[in-house]
Amino acid sequence: MRVDEKTLAEDIVRMSGTNVKKCMKCGKCSATCPSFEDMDVHPHSFVTMAEEGDVAGLLKSKSLWKCLSCFACVERCPRGVEPAHLIEAVRFFALSPQGLNKMKPDVVPIFLQNLEEKGAEVPQQLLTSAFRKYSK
Amino acid sequence: MQRIGVFVCWCGSNIAATVDVDAVAQAVKTEPGVAFSTNYQYMCSEGGQAIIRNAIAEHKLTGIVVCACSPRMHEATFRKTAATAGLNPYMVEIANIREQCSWIHKDREKATVKAIILSRAAVAKLNLDSPLTAGETPVTKRALVIGGGIAGIQTALDIADAGYEVDIVEKTPTIGGKMAMLDKTFPTLDCSACILTPKMVDAAAHEKITLYTYSEVEKVSGFVGNFTVDIRKRARSVDADRCTGCGDCMEKCPSKKSKSEFNQGLSNRSAIYIPFAQAIPNVPVIDREACIKFQTGKCGVCQKICSAKAVDYEQQDEIMTRRYGAIVAATGFKTINLGRFEEFQYAQSPDVITSLEFERLCNAAGPTKGKVMRLSNHETPKTVVFVQCVGSRSTVECGKTYCSKICCMYTAKHAMLLKEKYPETEVYVFYIDVRTPGKGFDEFYRRAAEEYGVRYVKGMVGKVAEENGRLRVQASDLIADKQLVIEADMVVLAAAIEPDPSARNLATLLTASMDTNDFFTEAHPKLRPVESPTAGVYLSGVCQGPKDIPDTVSQAGAAAAKVIGLLAKDKLVGNPCVAGCNEPLCNGCSACELVCPYGAITYEEKTVMDHGVREQRRVASVNEALCQGCGACTVTCPSGAMDLKGFTNLQIMAEVDAICR
Amino acid sequence: MEFSYFPGCTLKTKARDLDETARLAAEALGVTLRELPEWQCCGAVYPMSREEIAVRLSSVRALMAARDEGRPLLTLCSACHHVMKRVNHDMQTDEGLRTKANNYLQPDKPYAGETRVVHYLEMLRDEVGFGEVARKVTSPFKGVKIAAYYGCMLLRPSAVMRFDNPENPSVMEDFISAIGAAPVRFPYRNECCGGYVALDDRGAARKASRRVTRAAAQHGAEALITACPLCLYNLKENGGGEVPVHYFTEFLAAALGLKTLEGGLARAS
Repeated sequence: MRVDEKTLAEDIVRMSGTNVKKCMKCGKCSATCPSFEDMDVHPHSFVTMAEEGDVAGLLKSKSLWKCLSCFACVERCPRGVEPAHLIEAVRFFALSPQGLNKMKPDVVPIFLQNLEEKGAEVPQQLLTSAFRKYSK
Repeated sequence: MQRIGVFVCWCGSNIAATVDVDAVAQAVKTEPGVAFSTNYQYMCSEGGQAIIRNAIAEHKLTGIVVCACSPRMHEATFRKTAATAGLNPYMVEIANIREQCSWIHKDREKATVKAIILSRAAVAKLNLDSPLTAGETPVTKRALVIGGGIAGIQTALDIADAGYEVDIVEKTPTIGGKMAMLDKTFPTLDCSACILTPKMVDAAAHEKITLYTYSEVEKVSGFVGNFTVDIRKRARSVDADRCTGCGDCMEKCPSKKSKSEFNQGLSNRSAIYIPFAQAIPNVPVIDREACIKFQTGKCGVCQKICSAKAVDYEQQDEIMTRRYGAIVAATGFKTINLGRFEEFQYAQSPDVITSLEFERLCNAAGPTKGKVMRLSNHETPKTVVFVQCVGSRSTVECGKTYCSKICCMYTAKHAMLLKEKYPETEVYVFYIDVRTPGKGFDEFYRRAAEEYGVRYVKGMVGKVAEENGRLRVQASDLIADKQLVIEADMVVLAAAIEPDPSARNLATLLTASMDTNDFFTEAHPKLRPVESPTAGVYLSGVCQGPKDIPDTVSQAGAAAAKVIGLLAKDKLVGNPCVAGCNEPLCNGCSACELVCPYGAITYEEKTVMDHGVREQRRVASVNEALCQGCGACTVTCPSGAMDLKGFTNLQIMAEVDAICR
Repeated sequence: MEFSYFPGCTLKTKARDLDETARLAAEALGVTLRELPEWQCCGAVYPMSREEIAVRLSSVRALMAARDEGRPLLTLCSACHHVMKRVNHDMQTDEGLRTKANNYLQPDKPYAGETRVVHYLEMLRDEVGFGEVARKVTSPFKGVKIAAYYGCMLLRPSAVMRFDNPENPSVMEDFISAIGAAPVRFPYRNECCGGYVALDDRGAARKASRRVTRAAAQHGAEALITACPLCLYNLKENGGGEVPVHYFTEFLAAALGLKTLEGGLARAS
């Protein structure tokens, strides 16, 4: 593990406000996660990887974009570890460097056109929250 | 002038690592009255005590200060040491430089300064000490056991077998407790009722044991050896002396819709009921909330048909006052409320049950006669999922931080019993850790996995959902890094256990301390595990911490041994540190009498000499046998007349002065 | 009963129904809603990283404005409520965040989370009372089986939201009973609809939403109600159309005889 990677891991944990040491490896976060099947790295592994400082694996994980922020893992964790907060912090670091935004505004018109042609009313809330999650 | 010896203990590195013990010993040398000082690795060891004894003789010491751990730990030890060397045992002061100094500080220099100050205060106090002699009080040779489960029954039997009278007070209508509800017991799979009911009968038949069921402790006063207890015998509405236990009343009772407490609400009972067939006493009780006669005045069927004329609607609660030498708390446990664990759908699906409910379903004498069935459709489940640690080991607000200890083993038992009855059943156990420290325990668990094919999965269940009449269980398999979805017919939750709620009130009555989880605390977690810090109060069973039946029975016996040790004494040496009244100063205001928690203070008319004038006055008088030396009167007294021997106002001020110097 | 009211972006555009019916019903129930002047976005999602200050500021502004008006702050959209409530909690409990936010905003009087944030449903339950709601109902939805969809934002994390039992809530079911209908409890009422992922991965949103609508249908629901425009969107557009989805306020306004339920329910009387 490189030194800067270790610092980054510490930054991520600090920023998330979680205490990864409280995890007792029960797996309830992964048991309750509605996006488990779409994830490559699962919520409980996020906690272990953060604890071990393995941030390279976290930063490139597609799980970052699959977390629904539904807080089921946060609510049901018996130790108050808050894996979703950890995922959010990693996402923050993944998006922060210039040009790494996951979502760009030009997708919006296409998206809206596709849906609204079929009569769907796309709420502003969907766009604002998606952009808050997928870009900085 | 005193000749004081100061003995500074290292407590290995417990004190010496943070406090410069030699500096402390040197610093106190110049204190007034100090004739000798030294330090040693373990003052409480035989070597340390020899140093103290020799110094007392050699330096003609009149008192000693030991700078060591908390007086709760070793004050008694050093008093004995002083006494063997010919000193009055109350010429001993302890400076607590461990719990109140080395353990809580990191900075060695500052900790040393604080240790010196604490030692100086102890020396200042000792300078004003005077020899005290303890009085003696007789011991009431009768014990009270509160709780009639296996813990209470075993404690009572052991005390009674030693020849002492024991009363058992049980709040429900029968003794037997939780063990009576169980089917089989681990790790031997012998039938719970078969080993418990003979003990219940023994307790009831024992000439030295008196049972008070459907009764509660209402008031406790007195102290070790001499407790006075008020017991409320709740009205059963049935005369126990007349009742023959025929059961006709229960059969004819028209109110049959109450949930059976004994069957965990899985069956109904009548308003007049005996909790289960082997209940002791075999006398029904009327649940007045459910009884039509009590609610509407119309009915009276049970009274009409009772050929023994035992039913008595007029019966009242009865308060009995009894005296005891010792009290044993054996109040047991209950499973936690699962209202905040509804991700498992306990309240929302009849097929999600607790382990204790499963126990009743398995039991041949249970509501389904031992047939394990889904409560939704009465079919035998084909797939059953057991979930461990529901609410245990949880730091969130609705959970319990501790391990409930019994769940791993009873779940292995349930899984095996299920496979034994229905070999085709698919059985899953979701666990975080399987904890099996006990004789034959791990072998038992492995038997479930290896011989019975129970599927143990490391991981937790995250969500249970009712879908198409079955239960969709979504869970983790951490070793395979998979999310499993199991279509189950029944989910059994190993709910955390917690102390019975009645324990909290009892602790207040007994002035016995509890931990943050409402388990009673021991006098010492390792060395005095069955004694409460309150003298004369003992602990038996789960009220002290989670434990299984073998541990409970062992501990029940240990508590009984302690009680027997106490009751075997004819007299107890009291505490000489009691309050006294300086009569010329007393203004007769009664403030001390009102504040005394032990009723030890009374007022009497006395002739008092005040500045040479003889006067008739109303003054406070302390009953030294009742006084526990709490000091409440001394701080309440507006005129400074009340003083506590061994902790006089002058001594306390001398300590404060020494600290502030 | 007066509240400062924070509608949020969607209630002024795509979720006008939610806003309008809520206002109508509030008036009929004797509750005055005073829309905050010049309110801004709530922040859309709660910033879970503790060090993000700027994205919390717009919420703090609204909370502070309500404090200055001397009224509790009423929210309606689940996401707005979630963000407001949690940012308010941060301002109460996280000294570092509080200092930084106040340093940015430089208000006359520093803000420390004094405002009480109340969701419309909490207002119905705790201030008006469902008994009172039931008394004012003129067109009850007798016999209609309605399933409440809570989603995530109102309930979790319960330690902060303090909205209801997070795993077995009852406020919306009590609401359904109050308007004369029959509540249908189903296990996925507090599981995610897919949320914002709908924009990036519609498949994921479909999976999540269908699980919800299918379970509701299976338990016999004739309609689903929600408080959240995004939930409504997902359940409608990605939920497979098995069960009609409405804002709970639409039912409320209809039951109070203020506005007929759009799209209607065959059995609504």
